[in-house]
This record gives sequence, C-alpha cells and structure tokens, in this order.
Amino acid sequence: MRRRLQTGVGAGLGIGLAALAGALFAVAFWTDRPVHANAGDAVDYASPLEVQLSPDGARLYVLCQQSEEVRVLDAASYAVIRNIAVGRVPRGFSFSPDGARLFVTNSWDDTLSVIDTSTLAVVATWPVGAEPSSVVEDRAGKRLFVANRISNDVAVLDAQTGVEEKRLLAGRGSSYLALSPDGSRIYATHVYPNPPRVQTDLDNRREPESEITVIDAARAVVVDRMPLHAIAGVFHLAFSADGRLGVAAEYHPKNLVPLAHLEHGGAFAYTLTLFGADVGKASVEVPLDELERYASQPFGVAIAPDKSRIYVTSGGSEIVTVIDVPRLLRFIHSHNGPFVQDLSASTNYVVARIAVGRNPRGLTLTRDGRRLFVANRMEDTISVIDTRTNRVASTITLAGPKTISSLRHGEQTFYTARYSFQGQIGCSSCHIDSTFDGITWNLEPDGFGRSTVANKMLEGVKDTEPYKWTGTNPDIPTECGPRTEKYFWRSETFDNLTLADLATYIRSLPPRPNRWRLANGEQTPAQERGQEFFTRSVDKFGKPIAESNRCSYCHSGEKGTNQKISDVGTRKPTDNTGLLKAVPLTEIALTAPYLHDGSARTLEEIWTVYNPDDKHGRTNDLTKDELNDLIEYLRAR
Amino acid sequence: MKKPCMFAILLTAGMTMFGGLAFGAPPEMPRYRFENFTTANGLPDNHVYSVLVDGDRIWAGTDNGLAVYENHAWKTYTTQDGLAHRAVLTLALDKESGDVWAGTMGGLSRISSGRIDSFTQLNSGLSNDVVYGVSVEGENVWVATAAGGCRLNTRTGQWTLYNERNTPMNEIWVYGVSATPTKVYYAVWGSGVLEYDQKTGRWDKYDDPDGETEMVLFKDQGLIHEIVTSVSYVDNILWAATYFGGSRYDGRYWHNFLTKDSGLPSNFINFLKGVDGKRAWFCTDKGLAYYDGVNWAVYRPSLTDGKPEMMVRDAAGKVTPVAVTTAPAHNYVLGIDFQGSDIWVATAKGLSHGIRQKQ
Repeated sequence: MRRRLQTGVGAGLGIGLAALAGALFAVAFWTDRPVHANAGDAVDYASPLEVQLSPDGARLYVLCQQSEEVRVLDAASYAVIRNIAVGRVPRGFSFSPDGARLFVTNSWDDTLSVIDTSTLAVVATWPVGAEPSSVVEDRAGKRLFVANRISNDVAVLDAQTGVEEKRLLAGRGSSYLALSPDGSRIYATHVYPNPPRVQTDLDNRREPESEITVIDAARAVVVDRMPLHAIAGVFHLAFSADGRLGVAAEYHPKNLVPLAHLEHGGAFAYTLTLFGADVGKASVEVPLDELERYASQPFGVAIAPDKSRIYVTSGGSEIVTVIDVPRLLRFIHSHNGPFVQDLSASTNYVVARIAVGRNPRGLTLTRDGRRLFVANRMEDTISVIDTRTNRVASTITLAGPKTISSLRHGEQTFYTARYSFQGQIGCSSCHIDSTFDGITWNLEPDGFGRSTVANKMLEGVKDTEPYKWTGTNPDIPTECGPRTEKYFWRSETFDNLTLADLATYIRSLPPRPNRWRLANGEQTPAQERGQEFFTRSVDKFGKPIAESNRCSYCHSGEKGTNQKISDVGTRKPTDNTGLLKAVPLTEIALTAPYLHDGSARTLEEIWTVYNPDDKHGRTNDLTKDELNDLIEYLRAR
Repeated sequence: MKKPCMFAILLTAGMTMFGGLAFGAPPEMPRYRFENFTTANGLPDNHVYSVLVDGDRIWAGTDNGLAVYENHAWKTYTTQDGLAHRAVLTLALDKESGDVWAGTMGGLSRISSGRIDSFTQLNSGLSNDVVYGVSVEGENVWVATAAGGCRLNTRTGQWTLYNERNTPMNEIWVYGVSATPTKVYYAVWGSGVLEYDQKTGRWDKYDDPDGETEMVLFKDQGLIHEIVTSVSYVDNILWAATYFGGSRYDGRYWHNFLTKDSGLPSNFINFLKGVDGKRAWFCTDKGLAYYDGVNWAVYRPSLTDGKPEMMVRDAAGKVTPVAVTTAPAHNYVLGIDFQGSDIWVATAKGLSHGIRQKQ
C-alpha cells in the first residue's frame, strides 16, 4: 500500500513526532525495534501476503501487498529472479492449471494482472469487479473465477480474454477461492457475515451467519451453500489431494456476551470447519485454541500431500499450528460435538505450534511435503519450515528496508495478539484487514445485552475524534490505550511508544476508492438529487428545517461528521445513553449494520424504521424514491 | 430400402395439409395429459399464483410459501427461511446465475441455491412490498409493484423507481413486467402499457384509444383496455393481457382478442406468456387458452359439470370439442411456464403439469 503510507506522512504528525522522539530514546534499550528516520515516511516494505510454488516446484512466487509486486525466487537457493510490478494492493494470486500464467487480483484498482510465467512479465491487465481478492482458473482453462470483496460476488470471466460472463452471489465480503482437486467445484469464503434474514422483531443481538459457497465449475452456477453458524470471517480453504477432506480457517466470535468476559474465553474461538467424505454428511467445526495458547486470527491452510498434517497460520498469534489429521478424524468421529467451546479439544489433534514471523498469512508446501513456506506479512520474511521436525529451518529475508518505521511498528501492533489476555485477540480480530467485521458486539461490563455496539470502519478515522459511539474517548490514544486495556486486553497494555505508533498507523488509514462514485468525479442524477435532500433547509411542505436537524449539519465536512454529540432518537431501553457522536460517513455503503447498536440492517432502515419522529434528520416527508436518492448520495460520499 | 414413390409422398402431404378441412376435423392443436398437484400430494397450498420452470426443477408460488418440485418431491420455503412473505405472486429466473426471484405480498426475495435474501420497502429501495411482477434482464431485476415499477442493479445495489413522477404512468398500480435487452414493458392497472427503450432511456406509453371504457369503437385500433394485467415481449412482439381482452402489437399494428372474435374463453385475463411472436398462452378466469397464430385451444374443467374439456376453434370460428380425460386443476388460471413441449399451469386450486401427448 505504497500510497497509503504516503498519505500517512502528514497523518499522524503530532503523534508521530512525539513517538519519534521517544522511539529514538528507546531504541538503545530495545534493539529488536529499529526506528526509521521519519515515523510516517513512505517506506516500501514488501509485506508478503501470499506465497505459492510454481507447479514444477522450481520457483517461489511471493505476493507482496505493500510494494505491490510479485517477487519470484528460486525455490532452492531463494535467490531473486524477478520482481514484477502489479496493480494496487494485490490480495490474491494463483496459477493457471498448466502453470503458464499467474493471475493476480489487485484489490484497490479492481483489476486482474496476467503474468506470463515464462517471461515473468505482465501480459494483460483486465478490469474485474469491486475489490477482487482471489482468483482461480478452471481445469479446462475456459473460465476464471474472481472473488470480489465489495460486490459480494464471484465474477466469471473468459480465461482467454478476461471478458466477464456473469456474477454469482457469494457471501458478504467474498474473498477466497479454492478449486477442488478433481476440478469440479470451486469453494468460496467471505470475511464479513451475511446480511441477517428479514425479522419481525427489532432484535439486533444475533450471532453472525456465514457460508461456504460451492460453485459448479463447468456450469458456473452456485450449487450449494454450506452454512457456517456463528462464524464471521472465513479465510483460506484447502483440500486434501484425494478431495475427501476440506478445511476452512475462520473466526467464531462470541459477540453476545460482554467482551469484558475475555478472561472467561469470551471473545473468539478460532476454528476450522471440516467437511467432505472423511468428515461425513455434516461439516464439523473444531477449535485451534488451547487455554492460554490461542491461535488468534487463522488465515492460511495447507494440507500435506499424504494427508497426514494440516497447517494453519494464525496472523495474530504469529504461529503455524500443525494438526495430525488421523488423530483429528478419530477425535471428531469418536466424540459428540459441538467442540467449539472446548479449550481442551485441540490437545487431541494439535501436535505443534511453530512460532514464525510477525503476522504470518499465506503458506504453501513443496510437492513432497517436506518444506512449508510461510509469508510473514509484517516482517518481510518467509519462514521455511522443515515439516519432519516442525521447526523453522531457515528464514528468507525479502529485500527492503531494514529499519522499522513507527508506522510499521504501529501496524505490527495492530495485527498481533500478543498484548491481550492470554493472547486471544488483536485489533485486527475485529477490524479485519484494518476495516470492520460487520458484527454488533457487547463490549461493556454492564450486563448481558446492554449497550451493544456495531463495529465501525477504521479507514478515514483520522481527525474524526471524539471516538467511541458515545464520543467519550477524546482521541485515538485514549481509545486504543486505557479503553482497550480495560475492555479488551484485560492485561498489560501497550507502552507509550507502542501506543503512539499504533495511533499513527490507525490515523494513516485512508478510505479505499469509493466504487459508487463516477470515474469522472461527477455525480449521477440520483446522487445530485440526493445531495439536495442532504443539504436542504426547508422541507417539502415549505417549513424550515432547524439547522440541527439537517443531514448536513451533523454530517458536515469532508468526512461527514461535525464531531459533536447529540440525541437522534435512537436510544433503546438497553442503552445507557442516547447521546451519540455524529458518525463519519466514510465508506458508509460498506459498513452495515448501522446505528450505534447495529439495529438498522441497511441504510434504508435508519429512516424507514428508526426515525419515526424525525429526530435523525427531517426525512419523513420524503417519498420512497427521494429517500433512495438520498441513499445514493450517501453511498458515494 | 425401397424408395417411396413421389405420388405416395404427395398424397400423404396433401391429406395432412388439407385433410382437416376436407373432412371437417378441427386443426391439430397440442394435447396434454394433465397431472395435478395439490396439498394432497405435497403442495403447501392449493392457491398457486405463479409457476416457474427451472430445468428439471419447478417452482410454484403459492398462498402459503414457495414450493420447489425436484426429484419427485416438494420442498417449501417459508418466511422462516427468509422468504419476504408467505404469498408468492410472481417468479422469475436469472438464467445466468440460476437464482430465482420471487415477488410476494411482503417484498421481493432472491433465492440463490437455498439462501434467501429479501428486499422490502423498509430495508431496501423497493418501492412497495406488494410485488406483482418480476423480470430479470442481465444484471438488472425489474419489478412491478403496487406503487410503481423498480429496477435493482444487482452489481451496484442501486434501486431506480419508476412512477408518475418520472414516467407517463397515470396510475402506479403495476401488475406485470417483461424485460429484455432492448425493451422493457410494464403492465399498469388502469394506465395501459409502458415501454422503456433500454438504448435511449425513453419511455413511451400505449393506451386504449377508447379511454377507460369497455367500448371498442374500432377493432385493432390500439391496446384493448387500460387495465393491463400482464405483458410478454418476445421476438419483438408485445403480448398484453387485460381484464377486458388481449392484445398483440408488432410495433406498428395492434391485433386484439376478445371472446366474441377469438378463441379466448374469457376477456378476463390474469396472465399471458408468448411462446414467440406468433403463439401465446392466455390464463383466464375461465380456463387456459392457447393461440397458435390462427387457431385456438382451450383447456379446462368444464364450467358446467367440471369434466375435463378441450375445445378447438379454427380460423373460421368453428369450435370443436376434443375428447380428453384430464384438465388443469381449475379453470381460474393464474400462470404458466414451459418445460420443453410440456406446460406447467398455476391455478386457484392446484398446480398442473401438462404433459404433451403424441398426436
């Protein structure tokens, strides 16, 4: 994210300079933490996110998200062969079945880079859907399937021309794809929970629901949706070579109990969903965690060629968990589930937890299963694990800065779980990829079901203080420091320098490109009409709208907030207060559910259901099409 | 094999072509053996508003859920599964994705491989929860509601509403919609047919030249009546159903159908579906009618004794009964769809599978 870092130059200047001064002092005492000359400088870290071996095993391809390139290494010597520049913020890549082409999804410019693996050059760049995150080609070489995170679908493209054939509805935040070993099915996961079903009550306390979307590769239609109850955040999925065992890495949030109950194991279970013939008719969810040995933020999954082991990276715990497959299968077939709340279960099948680098993500095995490569995103290294000894045999250091900027350190802090009670959670457990998680949480220790709050997007959060829905935290260091210590970590918090770096990182997060804006910067007719409603001072009956009741008063300025506290009539009996901060409108289209407690499942419901008295802006004089226009304007903010 | 002599071929062809007229037999019209489904054999409700053929699957929109028939068994989706409302009035298939769109009395539902997402006037940009018609065209889903028409772009999530404020729609009670890449037609109850040109973005309107009356001063002068219940645009031909007769429009000329001058069993037409530019099926309150461009056939239980009945009307207006042993479940017909040469028929008292018989 080169550009993101650049925007961060001035982003956290105040905090950054303070951090710099402190950090320069601290460096003498903490040699593990070298400091870059300028805290917020643009630094091209590689940030390896995914790693793959070429089909012949000769080359190691590393997808570097921050330097926006694919680095090609010799798989034996680890010598660099070529660095190939791709698009903005690449997120996923995969080979064509014959290995002749490598496809890369560029998530921030909505393109797909096609790399010729013989020349190691980008030979085509195709436009795809909104925030493409992973790609697979079918065995016939006929179609490409691309998971689009923002448009919540899987696009089907002609593999030779890149022309889009159609879109298939996937889960919300569609992100990762896997082709079954026989090539007949494509499995898609997603990182945000699916929209809740229509309900007749107003209950916003609900467990998330997710799915694994199963696509028939030949017909390019969805043929099944495997339900994942109480799961939010599903990442990579892998199959055994015989196709009898499928494994998906996922988060199982416990959002219905106060997060203050973290000491009771109350925040997340980090789990795998197992499915396939080896498992039986129904899928089975098994925990990776053990008491005081959590596997926070599982991401990548690989299965040994002989199906003896499953390997799972945990970005927050900075480990690779090694699972004995025969023992795992014996366990699930000889015990009655559910297992997810059982912190003793994993001792039956986890045989090793291998410490690797910071924020390990993608991983890949050699064809003989002897070596496992792990991309340590926040360390610019690749851990090479000897699978016979379950030890890191060597570490490949990718070219790049040798120093760690405050920004980088802040990002490392954001993604690690090392600060929380028993290492259960990190900031990124709830703010997936520095965004949000689509879940309504019960954070406060004031009773079950009281003061539930919807998690919000972090991008663009700079200069929108105060923070927290009630606006009681005056700045990011307060939000991320004492508040986090009290409600989240339940244990040691960050030292001041780390907190300053974390704040610098959070303040550096820019909004991603808004897909509802026209490329030429102009507004659609609906957006223009909507803006008139947003800024109007007179209602449709000619009556003046009090300044404080105009949309544009509370949601003023570039980010759509006047940063003031007011009561917009959304207080519920379970809330301690109705005084809430005007929420920024940044990327509002992406961040359902809405209102402080997530009770509005869609933007429409903010006004059709939860604004009966016009306290949340004068809207009840609007017709349905006028309200639609207002929403079109808001989505393009 | 010995070649048949030319005389024999010509004789056979001649008898086939002219035999009917020569011997007074009715024209050959498709015959069906109807197998009827009711609550007795798995339907969740006998009142079937709509039917949709999806390959080997049959979807039936009933008054008590959305039923799907597959592998000789019925499965029913209800509000418990996320369906917007129990009463499913209309169905459409997205042939690309395989998703089914169901218009209900309480919103619009998308059924995608078992997952149901529902859109209502409260949680989405849908103009009204009573959805009478739905049609899928590319990435757009066109909807007919009790408060105007809508278009949902499934890629952007944008809703566009069509009503009296931005179209020549006098009434906003929209009963049906037929969308194609070139034209979209809305059937408006009391406001004729609205035409949307996809290329120009312009609207046009077709009204009954006789106004809101039941008079027909000049036959084939224009749309037969303002109260339009259903439209079907196929092969550049518009078929329109009203409660006072049917119409066919080729872009230049109208041709209207009334009981007095066609084989329609009733002018009260709930629904119609064109097979192509020449042939169409009419779902009336007095039976199911098929028009092959010249002749008519009516399939129903007899209005007098309830016995299966098939009547054929030739171009000269001669009506001839055809002996049949089965008929659709009821003569109040609400919907039809095609499965190869078979038909599926939604009626007020059951769903019927018309299995085409060799003739």
